[in-house]
Amino acid sequence: MTVATIVQAVTMGLRQELTRDKSVVVLGEDVGLNGGVFRATEGLQKEFGPDRVIDTPLAELGIIGSSIGMAVNGMKPVAEIQFSGFAYAAFDQLLSHAGRIRMRSRGRYSCPMVLRTPYGGGIRALELHCESGEAIFAHVPGIKMVIPSNPYDTKGLLAAAIRDPDPVIFYEPMRIYRAVKQDIPENDYIVPIGKANVLQEGDDVTLVVWGAMVKTCQDVIEKLNNKYSVELIDLRTINPYDAETVINSVKKTGRCVIAHEAIRTCGFAAELIAAINEKALLSLEAPVVRVTSPDVPFPMARLENYYLPDVNRILKGIDKVMSF
Amino acid sequence: MTKKVLKEFKVEYLQILNEEGNCDEALMPKLSNEDIKKIYEMLVLIRVFDQKAFNMQRQGRLGTYIQFKGQEASQVGSAFALKDDDFVFPMYRNSGLLIARKHPIIQVLQYWAGDERGLRSPQNVNNFPIAIPVGTHTIHAAGAAWAAKLRGIKQVSVVYFGEGATSKGDFHEAMNFAGVFNLPIIFICENNQYAISVPRKKQTHAETIAQKAIAYGFEGIQVDGMDIFAVYKATSEAVEKARSGKGPTFIECFTYRMCDHSTSDDASRYRPKEEMEAWAKKDPIERLEKYMRKKGLLDDAYKGKVLKQLQDTVEKAVTEFEKMPMPDPKDIFKYVFAEMTPQQAEEMHEIFG
Repeated sequence: MTVATIVQAVTMGLRQELTRDKSVVVLGEDVGLNGGVFRATEGLQKEFGPDRVIDTPLAELGIIGSSIGMAVNGMKPVAEIQFSGFAYAAFDQLLSHAGRIRMRSRGRYSCPMVLRTPYGGGIRALELHCESGEAIFAHVPGIKMVIPSNPYDTKGLLAAAIRDPDPVIFYEPMRIYRAVKQDIPENDYIVPIGKANVLQEGDDVTLVVWGAMVKTCQDVIEKLNNKYSVELIDLRTINPYDAETVINSVKKTGRCVIAHEAIRTCGFAAELIAAINEKALLSLEAPVVRVTSPDVPFPMARLENYYLPDVNRILKGIDKVMSF
Repeated sequence: MTKKVLKEFKVEYLQILNEEGNCDEALMPKLSNEDIKKIYEMLVLIRVFDQKAFNMQRQGRLGTYIQFKGQEASQVGSAFALKDDDFVFPMYRNSGLLIARKHPIIQVLQYWAGDERGLRSPQNVNNFPIAIPVGTHTIHAAGAAWAAKLRGIKQVSVVYFGEGATSKGDFHEAMNFAGVFNLPIIFICENNQYAISVPRKKQTHAETIAQKAIAYGFEGIQVDGMDIFAVYKATSEAVEKARSGKGPTFIECFTYRMCDHSTSDDASRYRPKEEMEAWAKKDPIERLEKYMRKKGLLDDAYKGKVLKQLQDTVEKAVTEFEKMPMPDPKDIFKYVFAEMTPQQAEEMHEIFG
């Protein structure tokens, strides 16, 4: 066991997979000598050489598009996009190609690549450095979407993503990159894609979250001080999401709050609510409440705290669903 | 203070076989009489196919079809220089290329009838599913070439696109990656002078497409794209270069689309009749026939026999294609992921029970 932050867990996961499988390569802007702008690839180029940990030209489409070609031809590229907002430049590559290769070639070719990228706000960063686009990518068939919330899951999910036979977008919660420390095993383990994690069992209300919002919700529960018995679910995978865990919980509690950093309209909470309506409507004691960012572009640093859901807004959401 | 010339560049043009069927023997690539006949028969086969597929679309037996008449030499000439396991990334105007690359004719027909089974590459050949978006596949070819290099295999990636694609950012990023990482890749631009209705001059202010390679630090050449020998020679040299670790090549095949953009297009709206007539005189197949006749490789009997045989081949494929069972509707779920997601399983059950 070793104490690691989320960003260190990324490095450990990459090192483990680079060691384990010769077809794994890490590529992106500044990932080599510099170790990545967040140091997620620190030391890896020195350890594995410039053919395995590759500094690329400054070109997001080129990084993702060439990863697709590499994946099709026997490699397992793990591409880093410096900030998730920059991945939109290659959206066409993901939507029109990565997610369709297995289908279009009727299984002759596949695209086992991982796109790692830090996402989310709350660190007073520049414009377009704070995006939460999980629902945008979840709307692309053929691509998996994973978001860890702690170091243990980060290493285990990253290993699962790299070993997955299909393309996976791996969203890393930038705000809590170094805020959460945990004892994690140094040896090889997997956290399966598609399985949610019930972090705390409860009877009164189900709280569904993912990524950096998990920590915010743990603060919420602390502040609630046992006022309500909260069942906290870390969804961990956006696509394919674990409907069963969410539905079973809502059937038990009858109430549900979903919080996410992304904007409300067509946010992933909407999909979860649709699933709850389809499968647990008669168990509901109150309409499901969404605590999300508003339908506006991510504001700059001075106003971001008004935009992002915080402890108080989530508390208000819980009160609303409990007092219905 | 100094003002000096840092670097000067040149762009070469290659033609070996002219419109009269005369050949520059000094430039002629090494091809046996059997090779030349094989190439000729492939050119005729894909032209027969192209006309047949067009007719079938008009009869409602195929969906939208993309013709390639006029571009046979750029597709067959380059394909002839490749090995089966080289990785080819075709675009939608490359049905002829696919056939020359051992893609069964029935599968090509399947694709244009709206059946993805047609895209599955035969097992020992690497034909990537054709690109429908323009130019976005150029970067995949760079990635595949990169993988070959990292894996230490002597495989070359070859990507086909039109001059319109060179206006796209994807193309730029692919060329840049190819240059920076010295990749075993060949960019084959079939410059057919029009992107639907927009003429070549409106795509780029550059005098040639070939010269674009210069900015990325590798060689670009323009060849007469209706001259099968020039295309074959340029591609062979590029393959040799790529296989020996000497990096990428850009080949501009200067050619003409002797047909509409697609079965939904009417090229007479934007192309003058005189222009089409002038290009018709450069026809790649007629040109090769003239050459072969002079060399004693072709007479009327051989020409007639080949045409009849290849028409039969295409007709047989059409009959076989039309007898093939429809795809299994559940296939739409089967190939998205290696394993179906719970959501997909539920959706499949909803539709099919």
